[in-house]
Amino acid sequence: MLKIQNLTKVYMPANVRALEDVTFDVPKGQFLAVIGLSGSGKSTLLRCINRLVEPTSGKIFLDGQDVTVANAEELRRVRRKIGMVFQHFNLVHRSSVLTNVLAGRLGYTNPAWSLINRFPKADIEKARYQLERVGIGDKTHQRADALSGGQQQRVGIARALMQDPEIILADEPVASLDPVLAHSIMQYLEKINAEDGVTVICSLHFLDLVHRYAHRAIALNAGRVVFDGLPKEIDDERFKEIYGQEAERVG
Amino acid sequence: MKTPKILKSILLGLAILLALVIYAYGFQVTKVNLEETREPRRQMQLTRILRALVRPDIFTYEKEEFTVSLPIYTPCSAEAEALPEPIADSPYMVMSPTCADPSTEVTVEGFNFEPNTTGPLNFIPPSGVSLQMGTITTDNDGHFVATVKLPKRPDTVAQEIRAITRRNVGGPMFSKNAKDTWEKIIETVFLALLATTFGVAIAIPISFVAARNIMTPITSPFTSIAISILLIPVGIVAGGFVAGKLHTLADLMTGSIWGALAGVIGTPVLMWFIFRWAVPPIEDEPPTRFERIARPIAIFFTSLLGILFLYLVSSLAIQFGKALIVPLGGLGFLGKFIASLGDILMTLIPVVTALAGAGVLGGFAGRVGQWVVEHSSHSANRITNLVLGGLAGAALFAIIGAGINWLYQIDNAWTTFGIPAIVGAIGGVILAGFLSRTATLPIGFFIYSLTRTLLNGMRSIESLVMVIIFAVWVGIGPFAGVLALALHTIASNAKLYSEQVEGIMAGPLEAITATGANRLQTIIYAVIPQIVPPYISYTMYRWDINVRMSTIIGFAGGGGIGFLLQQNINLLNYRAASTQMLAIAIVVASMDYLSSKLREKAI
Ligand SMILES: Nc1ncnc2c1ncn2[C@@H]1O[C@H](COP(=O)(O)OP(=O)(O)OP(=O)(O)O)[C@@H](O)[C@H]1O
Ligand SMILES: [Mg+2]
Repeated sequence: MLKIQNLTKVYMPANVRALEDVTFDVPKGQFLAVIGLSGSGKSTLLRCINRLVEPTSGKIFLDGQDVTVANAEELRRVRRKIGMVFQHFNLVHRSSVLTNVLAGRLGYTNPAWSLINRFPKADIEKARYQLERVGIGDKTHQRADALSGGQQQRVGIARALMQDPEIILADEPVASLDPVLAHSIMQYLEKINAEDGVTVICSLHFLDLVHRYAHRAIALNAGRVVFDGLPKEIDDERFKEIYGQEAERVG
Repeated sequence: MKTPKILKSILLGLAILLALVIYAYGFQVTKVNLEETREPRRQMQLTRILRALVRPDIFTYEKEEFTVSLPIYTPCSAEAEALPEPIADSPYMVMSPTCADPSTEVTVEGFNFEPNTTGPLNFIPPSGVSLQMGTITTDNDGHFVATVKLPKRPDTVAQEIRAITRRNVGGPMFSKNAKDTWEKIIETVFLALLATTFGVAIAIPISFVAARNIMTPITSPFTSIAISILLIPVGIVAGGFVAGKLHTLADLMTGSIWGALAGVIGTPVLMWFIFRWAVPPIEDEPPTRFERIARPIAIFFTSLLGILFLYLVSSLAIQFGKALIVPLGGLGFLGKFIASLGDILMTLIPVVTALAGAGVLGGFAGRVGQWVVEHSSHSANRITNLVLGGLAGAALFAIIGAGINWLYQIDNAWTTFGIPAIVGAIGGVILAGFLSRTATLPIGFFIYSLTRTLLNGMRSIESLVMVIIFAVWVGIGPFAGVLALALHTIASNAKLYSEQVEGIMAGPLEAITATGANRLQTIIYAVIPQIVPPYISYTMYRWDINVRMSTIIGFAGGGGIGFLLQQNINLLNYRAASTQMLAIAIVVASMDYLSSKLREKAI
């Protein structure tokens, strides 16, 4: 369903080549992990898919539609099918949990209705349901910044789910959480992947998480794909290819 | 490179020398003069002012006047009748000598007067016109001694020396000056309130246009910009025209009370139904071709209804408000307020409509341009770009030329229209030729820079200077002050606010964008929640500054207490001025306290 062809990103004016000729396909329902050193281009790759970052060249097809040439109206429709979860949760701190989750519907809501801050009843019902689902139904009316990190990330997931996404892009969703919380968040993603059939593309730092949750892993090094295969195929030799000769395994 | 020690010392010495020269010149131009401050005459004046200042004119008393007379002869005359003996216990005066030649000095002594009072000591010739010889001041025992010169009014009959003293009766009352001060201080506070309200209301929308992070992502292809430049003036004119027509229609409807009522109730209902159809809450499916065309038309129609509604409301408010003034009596200002609000609304409608017309046609132009870029062949697009570039350049420069002509009144069509149009056309064609066909121009950044520059320029003109222009326009008084302070508020707060917009966390913005929200929705859901506390805080801060400014803006014709203060200073009425200074200090200090308290709450 997602096809990435010869994707290259050069950040101007610094002329940083963050992605170099990246090509791969993601079938529907896959849980794909993206790994690589810091600065290898993981975030850039994920952000190119929903064009938070404009690709320099190459093509990205979502259900056959070329995302890279979509105009503003088309892009809005593409983006609302792609949920995104962030390392730092990216909630609007002063808004309530409910408003943060409802924001996931903005791609469907008429902007004129947003002007008066109105969401249809059905959306509000849905927001409550999603909050129940990630286990924080009791926090609905709290301010987002009153929540702990793990709870904030669950709000982030609920927000992504509000979009009825076909894909969820998760950029290091557990990097700011402790190991126990990390597993709990990863399990929510796993559940969404399994139950709703949502494709998940998730960048990760810890290989044990990759082994435990991912169907497939892609490794980037200096913007190039240096590995594409099953997580269990990453042996010591592969590991050194991905992370460099001096790297030591910790996970 | 390492500078040798000796060179360093020489440089330091030169720097000190330079500083000395600068300060010496500063003393010279600011006329620092210590001689002057030590001069007795100057010191006496200072003392006088300071003494007046610590005795502000706030209270006054009912006065009772006492007159004590002493018949005298000047010059002394032999056949003079014996003067009546003074009565002990009641106030009386004695002159020594008891009679004297005109123009000689005599001593007048008074007894049993009201203690600690002052008053004039007059000479009353038979004509009855009193001539003041001096003033008297009684001591604790009601006694005074005054040495005065008799006027040159010789007469054979008895003349009179008359002392007038006043006594306070009853408790203290507020003096006229205190009442005036109170009235003016109220005016001052409201002047600041209105200026802050108007200024902030306009500064908030501008602050988004002046925020780099909001504006820089906005880019547009050359074709779109060129069409916009051509269509926006048309939009302004069309908007103004439509507003005029609707105004006439509204006037027709308000002619009869039934028409007005039907309009005020009917238009919103109709608007609501059309709006419900044209703007569905959820956009699930891409709109059909019919909807694509019909919906904008419906929205256009609702906007017309909206403008008509606003006209109806404003004209009803004016009529209603005016009708209320008399029956409300003491609260008549409420009626006047309603009428003024209606008037303000009515003034604003054509402006807003013209801007909306510009916005609609500008947005339409953007889409058309985008469509042209996407759907026309390479060479066709190049040619349209060259033509559009020429036309847009010519139009833009001709408009600028018209502006210059209006200011300088050159009134020569060739130099103010022809030449700019040709230069603009050539510039536009060259630009179109240079740019690649699909290149997008940073129009957002351009608008941002332009706004910032204008704001910086406006901010550098002090409101005390601005008020002079407004005083010429709307007359000396508080309204001129409101306008000047509001303008300054717009300039400085738009900048402060926009810096807050620039400083918001990028994460939430990115997250909301990723959901498919458009620019407007991103602003509403990611930007506004983040900027509410600093906006409140800066608004309070500005209100504080405006209160300070409004106390002195009267010096330059802006009304408020400053006007009174300046008058009293010019009249050397320092005790009255002191009251106003005191009032200013109290108001400023309490505003300072209040605003800092409220700002703490807002965070
Ligand atoms: N806005 C930007 N402008 C210029 N260079 C950038 C920008 N964003 C990222 N880069 C550079 O692009 C490269 C890839 O960055 P990216 O953030 O995609 O890496 P990453 O794999 O996500 O790293 P991390 O694990 O630290 O998040 C880095 O060298 C980074 O410095
Ligand atoms: Mg990253």
